[in-house]
Amino acid sequence: MTSSFKKEDSIKTQRLDWVTIGIYITLVFLGWLNIYAVTYEENQTIFDTNLNSFRQLMFIIGALVIVSAILIIDRQFYETFAYFIYGFVLFILLLVPFIGKEVGGNRSWFGVGSFGLQPSEFAKFATALAVAKFVGTIGFRMDNLKNQLTLFGLIGAPILLILLQKDYGTAMVFLVFTIVYYREGMSPFLILMGIGAAAIFILTLLVANNYILFGCIGVLWLIAIYMNRRKKMKRLIFITAGAFSLALIITSVDFIFQHLEDHHQKRIMSMLNPDADPLGYGWNVTQSKIAIGSGRFFGKGFLEGTQTKFDFVPEQSTDFIFCTIGEEHGWIGSLFTIGLFMGLIFRVIFLAERQKHRFARAYGYAVACIFFFHFAVNIGMTIGLFPVIGIPLPFFSYGGSSLWAFTVLLFILVKLDAHRMQVLQRL
Amino acid sequence: MNEGRKEAIQIGFVIVALIFLVKLFSIQVLDKRYLELATSNAIIPVRDYAIRGLIKDRNGKILVYNTPEFDLLIIKKEVKNLDSAKFCQVFSKTPEELRKLFKDLRARREYSPVKPTIFLSQLSTLDFAKIQDHIDEFPGFIIQPRNTRAYTTKAMANALGYVSEISKSKLEKDEEHFYRQGDYIGQTGIEAYYEKYLRGRNGVRYKLRDVDGNDKGSFDKGAQDTLSIPGQDLTTTIDKDLQEYGEFLFKGKSGSIIAIEPESGEILAMVSGPSYDPILLTGRNYSANYKLISTDTNKPLFNRPLMAQYRPGSIFKIAQAMVALQEGVITPDTRVRCDRSIIGCHGPHSNEDLRGAITNSCNPYFHNVLRRMLNKGKSDNPFDDTRIGLEEWHKHMTSFGFGQPLGIDLPNEKKGLVPSPAFYDRAYRGRPWKFSNIYSIAIGEGENLVVPLQMANFAATVANRGYYITPHLVKSIGDSNKPLPQFQEKHYTTIDSANFRIAVDAMERVVEAGTGQFRAKLKDVIVCGKTGTVQNEPRPDHSVFIAFAPKVNPKIAVSVYVEYSGQGARAAAAMASLMIEKYLYGGTKRPQVEEYVLRGKFLD
Repeated sequence: MTSSFKKEDSIKTQRLDWVTIGIYITLVFLGWLNIYAVTYEENQTIFDTNLNSFRQLMFIIGALVIVSAILIIDRQFYETFAYFIYGFVLFILLLVPFIGKEVGGNRSWFGVGSFGLQPSEFAKFATALAVAKFVGTIGFRMDNLKNQLTLFGLIGAPILLILLQKDYGTAMVFLVFTIVYYREGMSPFLILMGIGAAAIFILTLLVANNYILFGCIGVLWLIAIYMNRRKKMKRLIFITAGAFSLALIITSVDFIFQHLEDHHQKRIMSMLNPDADPLGYGWNVTQSKIAIGSGRFFGKGFLEGTQTKFDFVPEQSTDFIFCTIGEEHGWIGSLFTIGLFMGLIFRVIFLAERQKHRFARAYGYAVACIFFFHFAVNIGMTIGLFPVIGIPLPFFSYGGSSLWAFTVLLFILVKLDAHRMQVLQRL
Repeated sequence: MNEGRKEAIQIGFVIVALIFLVKLFSIQVLDKRYLELATSNAIIPVRDYAIRGLIKDRNGKILVYNTPEFDLLIIKKEVKNLDSAKFCQVFSKTPEELRKLFKDLRARREYSPVKPTIFLSQLSTLDFAKIQDHIDEFPGFIIQPRNTRAYTTKAMANALGYVSEISKSKLEKDEEHFYRQGDYIGQTGIEAYYEKYLRGRNGVRYKLRDVDGNDKGSFDKGAQDTLSIPGQDLTTTIDKDLQEYGEFLFKGKSGSIIAIEPESGEILAMVSGPSYDPILLTGRNYSANYKLISTDTNKPLFNRPLMAQYRPGSIFKIAQAMVALQEGVITPDTRVRCDRSIIGCHGPHSNEDLRGAITNSCNPYFHNVLRRMLNKGKSDNPFDDTRIGLEEWHKHMTSFGFGQPLGIDLPNEKKGLVPSPAFYDRAYRGRPWKFSNIYSIAIGEGENLVVPLQMANFAATVANRGYYITPHLVKSIGDSNKPLPQFQEKHYTTIDSANFRIAVDAMERVVEAGTGQFRAKLKDVIVCGKTGTVQNEPRPDHSVFIAFAPKVNPKIAVSVYVEYSGQGARAAAAMASLMIEKYLYGGTKRPQVEEYVLRGKFLD
């Protein structure tokens, strides 16, 4: 079998999924134009070496090299070395707080001269590989508690290490793996619990008086008891315990919130109420909305945006890059961009579902979920639907680390998919 | 088992995308407010610099205030048909200088052709008057006022510190994103330590301009402007008159004077000599002057009261005596023969008790006292015995605040040195050491190091009979009428106040009848003091004196270090007593002493 493999394995004979690659190229190209639009000055071309767009072009060329490398490497490499890659990235993350270079007060970069890499970006694909490998092990059963704990350990480790670097946004990304677990058979109860906890958290902050919430819980409890009055004692105890734990969560929210760092408190509060901190984070969101809103239906046109060129919108070429799209290309441009992202995500899910090997399928879902999380949180933040959390918009935000990390993430799937016919069914 | 999960996930994703599109439709198409808020190409953000807080002395006299200066900003995109000859004439520049300005502009990190960027900074009011009439002729240029520091006194430059443009490295470390390139920040002294309170909060005004760059008033009727919030004023503990008098006495000398109000820890005066005129480090000539001052071989930027470390000299004997009394190895009546074979001494005396030994600053006495403390016979091994004794001695000494930064509200405080067993282990690289190796610490020589501030604090501690409040320079921030919390707390030493009273009596005797009688004694008030002469081979000794007065309810404690000026009883004692007189009575009744100090020939 191995000898016939060699022949098939060359790039030419791979059955690459050109739809995915096409969307990828479109996104990267639009991203590049957009970065140029942010920093553009009169009489400067997109190739002007002073501009970020030139550096982004260098990053794109680097990404192409990475793509070639991924396609050349044997597909079995990724599964065989999944744990090794995961361990290696964790090790690097562990080192960063000590030998990383400081950027903006956080030590989350590895740097040589003016060139810096952010290892936490690469933890995403490494964790996706490790999770997929674990789920893809022969005889893996999701209903085994030990397996479930291991799966949470796999995402817990990078979360912890990244929290140490105070990069809360990137740490949150790993929570999205619960959707992969759900797809692979974990009870939806966990995800619902997570969403429920978040809802209660926000509710508690919105309703200043906790006693109102306690009252609501009390009423709900009475209703539940009344409806279940003919059921077994066990059920009643369960309901009561549930009511108490709800009350406990509510009381703990205030405590947790008070112990968050000041700027995180402000970010959360300014999402709930932008006027709460109009000079700080609320200002960011308001300015971002002004930029996007001023684009109207058709936008102001390429390079014609003004809001994103003054200092009105913070971090214009990284976290708030979507403002430029909204401003220069209007609602149509936003629709097109969101459409492209949804196209990519659905194509990835399609690829994942057609895999014959559980490793590849789980990996595919991890890719889709990570893209979705970045897409949702980043755009949600710029239009005021989510707190200001600094995570990049894939392929649009300026920066080498994120572009390369997303490229690696996606093209490992493309590579796995290209060889799906050579894998024995193992689901 | 997992039926429908694929669909559930996809439906969830689509719902999020639809929510986004609906929200975007509402802010982009339905809500017309946002378009009005973002009028094309017409809003110029102009920085509204906060007024920096004033710095006053303890009686409300202003020490540091603000004076207006002007920056010339450029919006590159709006500069059209610049008449460079005219520009050079108005701004007194040569064509080369102008070309260089444009070149530098491009190289700046924050440079953007559509944003106002500083082109020329720190124009004075005089320049402004000339430029004002012509500014309309240069489209694309705006004048922006801001403030620079000004001073009512030439005194205490080092304690006040200076304000200048923020450095690149500090800008990168600024997590709150408070500063921009070109912003001012307190660099040293009070200006740096209290930066957070002094700086206030900068605001932004949005000005509307039409296509030709004409001012069309404020954007959105000023609703989006954030007004600057002025910084908080600081009331310092400094007595301006006393401070200026101290600097007057110190003219041409090098060293320091620190005066503290003992019961509050408030610093009344802090003289560092040589010093510089603080006005030199403001305004447009900052760079040139800074270069001159920082390379001056007399080190005027070196804040001696907290950065110079000296051996304490004989004044350390007071501390030594109290520790020995506390350890119970001597009583006030313990007599020791002045055996000058081990260690030299001075003056005619032979067999003194504790008071006599302090009055005459008897070296053999304290050599003996230290031996009693370090070798108490707690171990048969002389090496171990010394180690145990030194450990106890070290604990007492550090309780006076020696060997650690006291925590004054100024940056760069040095900690001095009180040798511990660990220190000698390092110094002797593991070889054993005992009393005979380290006895020179007995008389404040050897490895001991103190900074003048610690000696002033020590004088205040003795004046308080047993405690100190960390010396500080600011007694009120804004309207707080309180210093920072760490300056309200009493620090008790490990010594009983009874032992302090013995030290106080001895210090009274020093001035009454001992080494301090000629130049430190005052007619109207009992001064308690101690002289010190710090050996400094081969150069002349440092002259040192600590004192406080009156003996009961002390109002002022002083330490004086005059470098290379011989005996403590001369320069330092004279200056300390003059400072006490000035503070208590507003001036001296002993013109001959003042004249002696001003003449400055202490070695003759």
